[in-house]
Amino acid sequence: MPLENANFLVVEDSPTMRQLISFSLKRFKNARIIEAVDGVDALKKLSGPDKIDLILTDINMPVMDGLKLVSLVRQNAQLRNIPIVIITTEGAEEDRERGLALGANAYISKPIQSSHLIKTISELLAV
Amino acid sequence: MTEERAEKFLELFNKGKEFTEELLRENQRLRYRVASLETESPAGLDEEVQRLRAEVQQLTEENRRIAERFKEVEEENKDFANRYIEVEEQNNNLANLYVASYQLHSTLDFREVIQIVQEIVINLIGAESFAILLLDEKTNELKTIASEGEDVMPGIETISTRLGDGVLGSVAKTGESYYINQDMEDGGKVTLEKPLAAVPLKIKEHVIGLVVIYRLLQQKDSFSAVDYELFSLLAAHAATAIFSSKLYSQSERKLNTIQSFLDLLTTTS
Repeated sequence: MPLENANFLVVEDSPTMRQLISFSLKRFKNARIIEAVDGVDALKKLSGPDKIDLILTDINMPVMDGLKLVSLVRQNAQLRNIPIVIITTEGAEEDRERGLALGANAYISKPIQSSHLIKTISELLAV
Repeated sequence: MTEERAEKFLELFNKGKEFTEELLRENQRLRYRVASLETESPAGLDEEVQRLRAEVQQLTEENRRIAERFKEVEEENKDFANRYIEVEEQNNNLANLYVASYQLHSTLDFREVIQIVQEIVINLIGAESFAILLLDEKTNELKTIASEGEDVMPGIETISTRLGDGVLGSVAKTGESYYINQDMEDGGKVTLEKPLAAVPLKIKEHVIGLVVIYRLLQQKDSFSAVDYELFSLLAAHAATAIFSSKLYSQSERKLNTIQSFLDLLTTTS
C-alpha cells in the first residue's frame, strides 16, 4: 500500500482533535483526509466512492462509538482489510486489549505525539 | 719419447697453472664483489626500510585521522539525530499550539468556546479531572462554569471561592499560575482547594477566570514542556476568546431586544 496519495478517514467528535490529527497526516505526500464526527458518519463515508486506506478513530463519541465502528468494519467483507488506529484518552491496558481484540491494528493514547502517530501509520501502510 | 712426454707434461702443467691463476682471479673478483656487497647493501636496505617505515607511519597517521574523522562524523550524526528529535518535538508542540489557538478563535459562541477549552485541556494537555472557573466581577467570586471528572474530584462542578481566598483565590488575584510541585508541603496531596495546577485566564493583567487541573490521564505522569506553553496560550487566548464571545452574546441579546422594540414600534404605528 502506498505511503503517498493515501486516503485517511479521521473519526473524531472533537474538532480540535480532528484538526490536530489532520495536521499530522499532512506529513504524508498528497494525503487526502476525510473527516467523520462519529461511527455512523464514518460508515457513510466508508460506503462512499473514496477508497479509504486507513481509519483513525476515537472511542468515546456520540451516536456510535469507536469500538462499535471497529467491530462493524471487521465484519464487512469489503472493508475488513482496512488498517484501523484507535486514538483515545482511555489509557488502561484492558481498554487497549479490548480495542486490539476487536480488530484494531494499533492503539494510541492521548495526548498524541505526532512522530509516534506518523511512525505507527507508516508501519501499517508499509505492510 | 721422453722429451715428447716432458713437453706434454709441461703443456699440461702450464694449462693447469693458467687455470689455477684464472680461478684465483675469479676468487679474488668474487671476494671483492662480496666485500662490496657487504658494504653497499645494508645502506640500500636501510633506505628501503626507512622509506617503508615512513610509509607505514604516514599510513598509520592517515588511519588515525580517518578514525578521528569517523568519530567526528559519528558524533555529528548523533547530534543530527538528537536535533531531528528536538525539531520533531518542536513541530509537534507548534502543531498543538497552532490548533489550540485556531480553535479558540474559530467561534464567537460562548458555549462553543468553553467546549474548545475543555477539548484542549483533555486532548492536548491530557487532564482527566479539571474545572473552568469564571470570575463574577460584581461579587468578586470565582465559580465553576464547566468541569470534567467529577467522579475523581467530587465538588469541582460547584466550586465557589472569593477573590484572594485560598490557592484558587490567590491565583485569580495575583495572576500567577500555581503548580503543586512548587509546593512540597504535605507531599503534594491534591484537594479541591489545592489542585495539581491552576492557570489564570487573563487579558493583559486582568484575570477573568481560571483553568484548574486536579488529575492527569492515567497514561500521563506529569506535565511536559509543551503543557506549560499550552497553559500560557490558554491564559491569554482562552481569556480573549471567552471575553469576546461573552461580549458578542450580550450584544446579540441587546440587538434582539432593540430589534423587537423596533418591530413593535413599526407594527403599532
